[in-house]
Amino acid sequence: MNYFPDEVLEHVFDYVTSHRDRNAVSLVCKSWYRVERCSRQRVFIGNCYSISPERVIQRFPGLKSLTLKGKPHFADFNLVPHEWGGYVSPWIEALAKSRVGLEELKLKRMVVSDDSLELLSYSFPNFKSLVLVSCEGFTTDGLAAIAANCRLLRDLDLQENEIDDHRGQWLNCFPDSCTSLVSLNIACLKGDINLGALERLVARSPNLKSLKLNRAVPLDTLQRILMRTPQLTDLGTGSFVDEPDSEAYFKLKHTISKCRSITSLCGFLEVSPHCLPAVYPLCSNLTSLNLSYAVGLQGSDLMKLIRHCVKLQRLWILDSIGDDGLCVVACTCKDLQELRVFPSLPFEAGPSPVTERGLVAISVGCPKLHSLLYFCQQMTNAALITVAKNCPNFIRFRLCTLDPTKPDADTMQPLDEGFGAIVQSCRRLRRLSMSGLLTDRVFLYIGMYAEQLEMLSVAFAGESDKGMLYVLNGCKKIRKLEIRDSPFGNMALLNDVGKYETMRSLWMSSCEVTLGACKTLARKMPRLNVEIMNENEVEFNLDDAQKVDRMYLYRSLTGKRKDAPDFVWTL
Amino acid sequence: MSSPENQPQDAAVELNFNDTELTLGLPGAAKTGSKREFSHTLEASSTSAKSPAQKAQVVGWPPVRASRKSVMKKCKYVKVAVDGAPYLRKVDLEMYQSYDQLLSSLETMFTCLTIWNDLNQKNCERGKNNNGGEYVPTYEDKDGDWMMVGDVPWNMFVESCKRIRLMMSSEEATTGFGARRGSSE
Repeated sequence: MNYFPDEVLEHVFDYVTSHRDRNAVSLVCKSWYRVERCSRQRVFIGNCYSISPERVIQRFPGLKSLTLKGKPHFADFNLVPHEWGGYVSPWIEALAKSRVGLEELKLKRMVVSDDSLELLSYSFPNFKSLVLVSCEGFTTDGLAAIAANCRLLRDLDLQENEIDDHRGQWLNCFPDSCTSLVSLNIACLKGDINLGALERLVARSPNLKSLKLNRAVPLDTLQRILMRTPQLTDLGTGSFVDEPDSEAYFKLKHTISKCRSITSLCGFLEVSPHCLPAVYPLCSNLTSLNLSYAVGLQGSDLMKLIRHCVKLQRLWILDSIGDDGLCVVACTCKDLQELRVFPSLPFEAGPSPVTERGLVAISVGCPKLHSLLYFCQQMTNAALITVAKNCPNFIRFRLCTLDPTKPDADTMQPLDEGFGAIVQSCRRLRRLSMSGLLTDRVFLYIGMYAEQLEMLSVAFAGESDKGMLYVLNGCKKIRKLEIRDSPFGNMALLNDVGKYETMRSLWMSSCEVTLGACKTLARKMPRLNVEIMNENEVEFNLDDAQKVDRMYLYRSLTGKRKDAPDFVWTL
Repeated sequence: MSSPENQPQDAAVELNFNDTELTLGLPGAAKTGSKREFSHTLEASSTSAKSPAQKAQVVGWPPVRASRKSVMKKCKYVKVAVDGAPYLRKVDLEMYQSYDQLLSSLETMFTCLTIWNDLNQKNCERGKNNNGGEYVPTYEDKDGDWMMVGDVPWNMFVESCKRIRLMMSSEEATTGFGARRGSSE
């Protein structure tokens, strides 16, 4: 089937950009596979242990942009022991040895060392973009190497990483000749930075569009920076604290009002509510607002601010906004597409001011909503049914009641019907995360209706193996299933072992699965890595009837990984 | 001030004797190891019946990333004055989960004192003059009143406490603080 010369095929394939589409293209025939693989520049590896770096490099010699993910999602919530793995060093070493002209690297939940960053920094002369999300293992020394050696650096984006801050002068390591920065995000750095170096760096970066500062950057420095960057579109403030009658604040108000290009605002890691009005002039242009770290703001401050944000499409906020505040959002932000409401207080400090009432209001006022993450005090079936009717376009729906097994607050019934309504109404749902009192019934609904579901997170839910079976049998497109503290066991696990090769991974912790069943599964499916993790590092109890604390299985072409720590047993 | 036959009330508080050596240490220097005692106490004090509060103190719930959790955690530094001490100290009440932990940490800080811990009365020998005096922990609340530490649930205390004072009390006054109070939680 080769009607066209390779160059034409390649030209056509240039328009095929999504990974899945390109994967599909490569399966058509041998010549398409060949042309596709030679022309592919962007590669996405959802599980760094599914394939070896050498094989990736061999297949895609034109690789320029690599995305890697390491630890399982539940690692975010301390369910995966430290030292589990997810090391990026073999990848960077293999790439450095090869002739790949790497330009972009994006890592999520991986362990990154300073040595790796240093190797990265001088191995690829065209390296432009480094994005690290929820990573750990490195210090500001590694960042210094990146700054010093990546002459064409365009993006340095550090999101929620655990970075050992040596409070050094790493910002000074950007040479004077570095003028290419477009995006700089240092918000997660905990220590002080050299403010002068920051200002000078910003001053010589005419292309800078996105700047996210950390807590150590005070208001007056922000003002001086904004003077230099009127073209900024994406701003994350550091410390937003000053006296309301101070000169610095007065200047800031004036400077901010000139920044007409800012459409995305975040930060406020420290904030005095009386300083907030300085950003009001920006609000009417904002499409994205992230105040989820602004602990210093009360509901009333948030409401006043949001009333101005008529164009908002994405809002990340703390639950201190309350149901009333969400009503304000519903009235104001008619274009809202994504909402995340995070908890602001530890559980012991009292009930959250966000309930089902806020969510219903949002669903009425914001029909374009397609992505939700909602931490709340309570939920009801009636509310979820209403939400499902008002917002049939959900792609991502994640609900978390602060008490994980809380029933319907009005009827005391399980929330099965509510979530059932969501999956039945939202035919394009790809990601679902549930909480509250849930029986097997909700899984029946999910298996029946959630045809596009790719990722499901289950906690403290279900009554029997039937629940898990409904999902595995019904959800044809499920790729990632993560389950904790639910009564699913061997029968569900072993019912259809072939299913797991169609998925990226399965996580089960504190369930009813036994060691014997995991061994059986591993034996039947050699191309799955079945990892068992024990609480402590003692010898694994070899009793097959013993329940397994944590099981993580994933398909892999590389077999058992060699970097697993002692407490991980690959069957 | 201490007499050789003193038996420190180690049944009342978990005290690492190395930590109680009198030093001119910087504030917070005595805190090494306090994190481990933390979790020991948490485990020890949790009951088998799972109340809603304890259910939600399950690992990894609510599911928020560590970076968010650490931002939520508020710092609540209050001054601690001890009668007769030449300078005050400051403690972060958010670092503790119970009165026991707070008082044992204060005792570590002010090593020449013994805090009379009303909550573990049965373990104290009453009327005994340890290290030169009994100290009664008191605090100033939001209304400006001086209250005895231990009456209200811990979280309420953290919320309302503005400063702490360890008052020197005579033996006679001590016996006046009679009846045991209920659980501090």
